[in-house]
Amino acid sequence: MSAVFKNNDKTLFTVFVLAVLLGPILMAPFGASYPDLLQRFAIFGIFAIGFNILFGLTGYLSFGHAAFLGVGSYSAVWMFKLLSFNVIPALILAVIVSALFALLIGYISLRRSGIYFSILTLAFAEMMYRLAYSVLTPITNGETGLQVYSDDPQYLMGENGITTTHLFGIKMNDVFLRFEFLGREAQFNFGYYFAAIFLILAFYISIRIFRSPFGMMLRAIKSNQNRVNYTGLNSRPYTLAAFVISGVYAGLAGGLLACMDPLAGAERMQWTASGEVVLMTILGGAGTLLGPVLGASFIKYFEAIFSKINDNVLHTWFSFLPDGLENGIVWVLHFFVGKGWHLTLGTLFMLVVIFLPGGLLDGVTRLFNWVKNLGKKKPEEEQSTKASPAE
Amino acid sequence: MDAIILQILNGLDKGSAYALIALGLTLIFGTLGVVNFAHGALFMLGAFCAVVMQKLLNSVKITIDPEKLDFLGNPAEIKTPYVELWFGDFGSKLIDYSVPVSILLAIPFMILVGFVMERGLIKHFYKRPHADQILVTFGLAIVLQEIIKAAFGANPIQQPAPDSLSGALDIGVYLGFEANAIIYPYWRLIYFFFAIAVLGSMFAFLRYTTFGMVVRAGMADRETVGLLGIDINKRFTMMFGLAAAVTGLAGVMYSPILPPNYHMGMDFLVLSFVVVVVGGMGSLPGAVAAGFLLGILESFASMNEVKSFFDSIYIKSIDQIIIYLVAVVILLTRPRGLMGKAGVMEE
Repeated sequence: MSAVFKNNDKTLFTVFVLAVLLGPILMAPFGASYPDLLQRFAIFGIFAIGFNILFGLTGYLSFGHAAFLGVGSYSAVWMFKLLSFNVIPALILAVIVSALFALLIGYISLRRSGIYFSILTLAFAEMMYRLAYSVLTPITNGETGLQVYSDDPQYLMGENGITTTHLFGIKMNDVFLRFEFLGREAQFNFGYYFAAIFLILAFYISIRIFRSPFGMMLRAIKSNQNRVNYTGLNSRPYTLAAFVISGVYAGLAGGLLACMDPLAGAERMQWTASGEVVLMTILGGAGTLLGPVLGASFIKYFEAIFSKINDNVLHTWFSFLPDGLENGIVWVLHFFVGKGWHLTLGTLFMLVVIFLPGGLLDGVTRLFNWVKNLGKKKPEEEQSTKASPAE
Repeated sequence: MDAIILQILNGLDKGSAYALIALGLTLIFGTLGVVNFAHGALFMLGAFCAVVMQKLLNSVKITIDPEKLDFLGNPAEIKTPYVELWFGDFGSKLIDYSVPVSILLAIPFMILVGFVMERGLIKHFYKRPHADQILVTFGLAIVLQEIIKAAFGANPIQQPAPDSLSGALDIGVYLGFEANAIIYPYWRLIYFFFAIAVLGSMFAFLRYTTFGMVVRAGMADRETVGLLGIDINKRFTMMFGLAAAVTGLAGVMYSPILPPNYHMGMDFLVLSFVVVVVGGMGSLPGAVAAGFLLGILESFASMNEVKSFFDSIYIKSIDQIIIYLVAVVILLTRPRGLMGKAGVMEE
């Protein structure tokens, strides 16, 4: 069995790497091949993979993961302010600081489980948000948000240093190749590939964790923590490790966000942002390998698309309908597009939790099985079309 | 001394709001075992009941007076609210008292909302894991919030307290301090007494009525009550409606203190969760006590003396986070909260 799993994982990983590397081309037909959105796919993919290691494996629902994202962003921007625009020190500090925060918060919150844990992480996230927003203004620059000013020290900058974020001279916002693909432009961007390397790394580590004894242990905690405790095992170190790992993923994602655009603001830490990553994970399928990345891309894509739609666009879409009906439909949809994206998000959230608790991947599997069973009902057809279940 | 009394009083109104919301949360949690993340949204819906009532009462009939001209030379328009046309002086009183009047709207409306929420959505989630319950109510909270935002706009809507109650009471004089030492607005005093009345009647209802007895028995052991031939689910649905009404009333009466805006629910939700956890999950007196305690604590932290002390060690506006800090300390030392019982949500 294990050999089969390994092979499956290899195929999955290869497909994943190819899809990520060809991302700019693959997303071009959807009109999503521009640096900002592609970077978001990769970064929030990392964030969701990390969240999935905690929620998908241990079942501990944290409502405060955006706090680590924010911490990562703030530390990265501080590195830009103090040293130079090189992204490596920024990411290193982001990872270290978020790991420390995750260790502290996790140590306290994991004393309780279930609902208490969710509420504790929520309270911590709210506290961190307020710390960033007002209390620690000298460090976080309060409402304005932290950014790099020209009179910052930047000790490693030297004469005529590069004034945008870069990796030893390769600028993050450079587009090195662009061409038409299926009528839409595909843009290849350094920043995306930089984030993509981390995404692939994050995905690889997540596969290894899922298949390791450590991952099995986490799953055991999810299915029955009491039994684990009665066996004589102390589950706390395992959950704490999972919490810190997912906190580091979030910090890395936050650092990468700052690397693409050297800003950090408190709104990144608001608890609705934590809710968003929960939705990404659940939408894709919590506890699956690929699900969180799919969910993150799905949400970020539709966020970008929906925010651009306005009433005029809607009217052109539905112009084939009779006037009264057209106006009615546009009036209803008006609340869901443009600035109403959050309403769509909330509705989607409810629909997914009510009807698809296993996420999109689970839905696809169920649909697949349903189609397969349709064929079975007819006695003439042979039953040999048995395909391997999707991961 | 007078400064301390003033801060205690200042904490009371916020504390009453926390206590009412936390009571609703605990009731829902204790009866149905559901953690309701949409509870803050119920508070906000209550506050918007006051907004709707004010708009209704102020809907005007426009009549044209042919004899008078306005400054542009057009016939002057006279706007008279319908209630004044119908009820005369009593009508203008009604407009003045729009916030207390909206209680009449809020109670049936909130009970209805509670019923619909429980029967339509939460009912299907009793057998699902707690994480699912949290997530679906969280989604509902976002939806409700965004609907209100779409309907009423993003800006806070001022709700004036009735004219005769808009002044302030010089409490200091009664306690033997100088005049103007402790001034306290009438409305906050009313809010406090209103909260006490609601809390009192809620406790009395649970304590001294047969219905309350059945509900308490159901909270203790749902199965046995069911075996005795009592339709406990029906009672619990009613309790959900009542809890929603309590929270909605807290919102209605709070609207002159904090102008209703669409995200007030979310702001209060996190705090009231902290209140419930500090008070001890599942304990009604604990929730109320923790609500008042944390409200008063918050107002002490916003005292100038305290603030300037924390400013001197580079922590600005400590009042923003003091509740969370205290909550963490309490949970570390008393993991069950102040009055929590053993065995509630322990697994």
